[in-house]
Formats: sequence, structure tokens, C-alpha cells
Amino acid sequence: MKTNFRTLLPAIALAFAGAAQAQTLRIGLAEDPDALDPTTARTFVGRIVFAALCDKLVDVDEKLNIVPQLATSWEWSADNKALTMKLRNDVLFHDGEKFDAAAVKFNIERHKTFQGSNRSGELRPVTSVDVVDPLTVRFNLAAPFSPLMAALADRAGMMVSPKAAQAAGAGFAAKPVCAGPYRFVERVAQDRIVFERFPQYWDKGAVNFERITYTPVPDATVRLANLKSGQFDFIERVASSDIAGLKNDSRFKVTRITEIGYQGITINIGKSDKAQANPLGKDARVREAFELSLDREGIVQVVMDGEATIGNQWVAPNNAFYAKGLPPPQRDIAKAKALLQQAGVPNPSFTLMTPTTSDAQKIAQVVQAMAKEAGFDVKIQATEFATSLNLADKGDFEAYVLAWSGRADPDGNIYSFVGCKQPLNYAGICQPEIDEQLNAARTASNVAARQTAYEQVASRVLKDRPIVYLYHRNWLYAYNAKLSGIRSIPDGLLRVQGLKLN
Amino acid sequence: MLEYLFKRLATIVPTLVFVSMLIFGLQQLLPGDPAMILAGEDQDPALIAHLRAKLHLDEPLPLRYAYWIGGVLQGDLGESVRTQQPVLDLIVQKLPVTIELALLAMAVALLIGIPTGIIAAVGRDTPWDYGATVFALSGLSMPNFWLGILMILLFSVQLGWLPASGYVSPAEDLRANLAAMVMPAIVLGTGIAAVLMRHTRSAMLQVLSADYVRTARAKGLSERVVVLRHALRNALTPVITLGALELGTLLSGAVLTEQVFTIPGFGKLIIDAVFNRDYAVVQGVVLVTATAYIVLNLLADLAYFAVNPRLRH
Repeated sequence: MKTNFRTLLPAIALAFAGAAQAQTLRIGLAEDPDALDPTTARTFVGRIVFAALCDKLVDVDEKLNIVPQLATSWEWSADNKALTMKLRNDVLFHDGEKFDAAAVKFNIERHKTFQGSNRSGELRPVTSVDVVDPLTVRFNLAAPFSPLMAALADRAGMMVSPKAAQAAGAGFAAKPVCAGPYRFVERVAQDRIVFERFPQYWDKGAVNFERITYTPVPDATVRLANLKSGQFDFIERVASSDIAGLKNDSRFKVTRITEIGYQGITINIGKSDKAQANPLGKDARVREAFELSLDREGIVQVVMDGEATIGNQWVAPNNAFYAKGLPPPQRDIAKAKALLQQAGVPNPSFTLMTPTTSDAQKIAQVVQAMAKEAGFDVKIQATEFATSLNLADKGDFEAYVLAWSGRADPDGNIYSFVGCKQPLNYAGICQPEIDEQLNAARTASNVAARQTAYEQVASRVLKDRPIVYLYHRNWLYAYNAKLSGIRSIPDGLLRVQGLKLN
Repeated sequence: MLEYLFKRLATIVPTLVFVSMLIFGLQQLLPGDPAMILAGEDQDPALIAHLRAKLHLDEPLPLRYAYWIGGVLQGDLGESVRTQQPVLDLIVQKLPVTIELALLAMAVALLIGIPTGIIAAVGRDTPWDYGATVFALSGLSMPNFWLGILMILLFSVQLGWLPASGYVSPAEDLRANLAAMVMPAIVLGTGIAAVLMRHTRSAMLQVLSADYVRTARAKGLSERVVVLRHALRNALTPVITLGALELGTLLSGAVLTEQVFTIPGFGKLIIDAVFNRDYAVVQGVVLVTATAYIVLNLLADLAYFAVNPRLRH
């Protein structure tokens, strides 16, 4: 057969544009996920993949309400120390095993005791799980813990097949067996993850694609090029600078969701001796002046092309637990200068450590320029992420640009950051009053009581400023305009149920 | 020649032992705590403690080296802590991809570099020479990732001829495999072509002024025979060494090119492993690469004997 290059190229092009792939949903991810085992998984990107593979006891909806998934209903005991859940009766794991209360007990115990589990912290208050009957399970808690439901709406609530997990042991991540709409086919590290439709899925009417492939493409430009050339149907985390170009292209649609996490600057106010050696760490007035020197709208425009919501708390202003009485302060250079005069340091200097991601570096540069107008001399120290984390943990920093991907329950965004001696408390803040209110918010059973407790925390944290919260990014998805059924859930994870290519 | 081969082979073992120590030692200089980065966002202290124990992070360095090298000698390169896959599996998965990319890029480089080098030498100080030099300089000075993105925008987004990125195994679909490899091979190959062209040119210039070439011409041989049969063969010796070294470099992973085209090869494997402090993966990949490099060097030396009969005595 005689084939020359000129005839070959269009042929290849045709093969790629192929209609044969209509039954496959092709998704471009920003990173390669880590282990595909809900117990040991640690990354945000992994949760996107899990959303198609592993159903959870409960889910969250567009407004972050807890809604049924594998559990149909639930009830707290009068003392809030026991949670009873009713389970669906028609659920099978991908290996054909039946999902029941014993499976829930197995999974929670696996999360709690598995070597290398990343879930044991989230489930620490759960002391035991009782199988009341095959479709009823009871979680017994050492103390009331309202964030539990949100944890069960995430990886801690994902159910794997007990039989498969016992057989595979530590090798489970290589061939995960869950109860989600799709089952695992293969994974080639850094290349692709392939799932196929699970025919016995309990909600199979909502599943329209035969297969899903996830391909990690770290470069945002290349990810977008793949969408535009028709190799992907859906890409996550579009660069904000590319949104303008997509708006004018009717072949694609863009969805934006305000993240449940935040971008902020952590200040060392007590983590190490460095805190007292620097006016920013030592004097709350200097920190107030620093915050007043910042124009959050300006930062969002420059760093995110406007694709973020400004904020000054650990939850976004649209969240039910945002303390509405404490809105973001306006920029006020005169007041900032006056505060610095009062503090006796008209030209304080500090080092702002930033990971080497482009967003974080842009933030540092904009902050440097803005704070300079109030008299601050900000030195930027760009540091590779793993190293910066280590320095932060040792308290070997003055200020640190740090993002948090967020948790559905506000507790996950604040407890570990300002609770005394907690693992993410890089600021080194330790106030018994804050701890008391954080714990009150954990044990309170109704929303109003939790709101009150978080208002108390906010009033202290926003005054002391261990973290200066800046904004909440938009999760930007872009996809083929023919794809319908995309839901905007604030956790930023793509739900595959209901997706359809028209 | 056999004696020479034995001598060379005897040096390989101590070299590899030294390299393995170097990899292991240098990696310890990476700042940051691997257990912390592997523990993910939550930084659960219990998990960090578990990871430290699992990775033997609290034990003395020589002991940790012994654990690793002991495993390596038994064919066990350890396990990626991030994805929980055996390092050997990862290498077996990625190595063919990288080898294919390296060979294709080298083919591009040779096909462009050597002919342009010859043309530039033969037509010294003519527009041909200047044209080839300009080409070589642009090939060298154009950053890989930039050329890659430009090619993606043209051939994938605008023209829709080639896939923007990704990799298909040749066993699965040879056509799709080549379609995916064309752009990365060209991007990588043009840079090396430039280097090969410069070296071919200068080696050819030297050889063309040699006495035996003048003799050949005096004998009345056609210029074509003089250049291609008499001159080129001698000029190729340094070019072969260079080609082998460049091939070694390609095998260690064309990091940027693989990143841009999302080719799941060694470059992507090692860069992700370094950022995630996935020590076992870094060590495994570097060890395999170093071995490949040493072997290629040996092969290049042996290739001299093939092209230069004088060395056989």
C-alpha cells in the first residue's frame, strides 16, 4: 500500500475527530491523581475521579445541603452522640457483593485503622459502628460532632467492597471496587484512568456514557487546546486568562463555581521566635495596617482576571456560616499609615514566602506593591512548595501565601488552622476562647447555634489576623456545548450522573 | 579490541555503585520533609508518623541506603508512596514510551543535522552555509515548550490534523501512535539537529582539507564520492559520540517536551516524583537512566571501531 504523508494526515485527523467516541466522556484533569483508595487518598484531583467511581453515604447539593446517596435518611440521638442511618436496599458493589450495614461498619473501621489512612482524623470522634439491622447502621460518638455529616459526604463516606478490600489489602488502590456509577477498567500512571458503566448501578437511568477516560494534562494551555481540537469533552481548572477567549466561541461552555476553599496570607504570630522578632508578627496593629493597605478587588483583578469572589473569612460570603456583621474592610492607606505610626514602626519590613505557583507569585507581587504605599517593605521569597510547607511547619517564616482547597463543613476550613497546636496552625495562634468556640461549633446540633459560635471565632480571628483571607477562587470548567447536565456543586467535583452529549 | 571491551565492562560496575550512592545521597539534600508532602493537605500527625516509619526517615542514612540497594539487588525498586504502584512497573510502563520518543527525535535530528552539516561544509561561506547556520541557531535558541505550544495551536487547534497531546501505544494503534509522536519528535529533534549540524560541519571542514581528500580528488574521483565516501566517514566519529550522548540525555526524559505534549514518559515521571518527594521513584528512574547512559557510551565507543578501521589495530 502506498501512503504518503499528505494523505495520511487528514486520515489521522478524521480518526481523532471520530464519532466512534461518542459513548466515551473524555475529561482533562489538571494533575495526575494519587492512590485510588478512598481511605488513603489525599488530593483534590483524586476526588474528581472518585465522584464517578465511589458512591458515598451522603452527598452535598448546590447549596451545600447534605442529601441522600447510599443512605436514604438519618437521625441524631437526643444527646447528639449517636447517628442512625437507613441505607438503600438496591445497591451492589462492582464485584456483585451486596451493600449493607455490615459493609458500612467494615468501611468506617477500615478508614479508622488502615495503615496510612488519611481518614482517621476526620472520623476520630466515631468510637464504634453498630449494625442495627441489615439496612440500618448506627455511628457512636465520643462527643457530639456536627462536621461528621460533611465528612461522610466526602471520602470518609465512600464505600468500598469489603470482600475486594480484604482480598487486595494494601494493593486495593491498583484495582478499586466501589459502588459508584462507573467501575474501574485500567490506570496508566500520568496517562489515563479508564472507567466503564456499571450496569447494576442503583441509579442507572442517570448514567448515559459507556465509558469515562480521565487524562491528566498539567499545562492549562495544552488542556484547553485539547478541548478545542475535540480530544476532550470537559476540562477542569481552566486558566482565568483563557476565559475571555472561550466566551466568544459557541462550541464551548464555561461553568464557574465559587470554591469552598480560600486564598490567604498566613502570618507567623506565635509559631516560633520569629514571630516576636518581626513587627508584623508581634503587633496586631501592624497586621491591621497591612490588611488595610490591600485592595482585594484589585488583587482579584490582577491575579485572577476577576474570576474570584473577595472575602475576609474562611468561608465565602455566600456561605451560611459567614459572619455577615464582619464584611471585608475597604482599603484605607491613611488609616494604615496612622496605625503604623501608633505602633512606632512607620516602615516595617517582612518576608513573604510564596510557593512557586504562578497565582501565588502574582499575589505576592501585587501585595508587595499595595503594601508599599502604606510604608511596608515586603520582601518576596519564592520557595518550592514541599520546602515551603516544611518551613511553615517549623515556623521558619514571617508570612506565607497559602491556599486551602476547602471542606464542605466550615469546621474543615478553620479548626486545624486556628485551634491551639493543631497541625495546620502555621500562624501559631493559641487562644482558649477561640478553642472553646470552635468546640462549641462542633458540638452544637443546630445551624443557628453553630453560626453564633463561628461569629465569636470570626470576631477574634479577624481582629488578631493569624490569616489575612483574600478571596475565594472560581472553579472554572470548560466543556463541549453539546454536553448537558453539568451541576455546579461548590466542592468543585464533577458529578457524572445526568451528564449527556446531545 | 576484546581486551578493550573487557576493560570498559570492568569499569561499569564501580561506576554504577558510585552512581547509586550519588543518587541516594543527593536526594537527601532536597529540602522539605517527604512525609509532610506525601501526607497531603490535612497534615494528619498520625499519618505523617506512619509515613516516616514506612520510609525509614528516622533511621541513619547508610542504613536507609542499605535497605534500598538490598532491594535493588533483588530486583525490587520499591513502591511509589503517592500512587502505591511498584516503581519497576512504572519504569516498565514508561521506558518504551521514552525510548520511542528518543529514537524518533534522534531520527529527525540525524535526517536534518547531518545533511545540512555536509551542505554547509561543502558550500562553505556561500548562502547555503549561512542558511544552514541560521537554521541551526534558531533550532538551538527556540525554547522547546514554546515551539511545542505553537505547533499545537497550528496543527491541532487551527488545522485539526494532529492530536494536541497524549499518547497511544503503537501496539494499540500505530497510526494514532505516530500522529501523537510527530510533534514531540520534531520539537525535540530540531534542537539536537542544530547541534549535530554544527559538529558535522566543523568535522567535515577539517577532513575536507586533509591530504588524503586532496589525493582522492587528484585521482579524479567525483566530488560526490569524495565527500560522501571518503570525507564523511572520518568526519562522523565525533558526531557519533555526540549522538550517543544526546540519546542518553533524551532517555533521561525530555522533561519539558513530555510535559507540554503530556507524553507519559520518564521526564514526566521523574519531575512529578521530585515535586512529590516520591524518593523510591526518583531513585529507580535515575538508576535506570544512568545505566542506559553508561551503556550507550560504551556502544558509541564500539561504533568507532565500525566506522574507523584504524582503531581496530
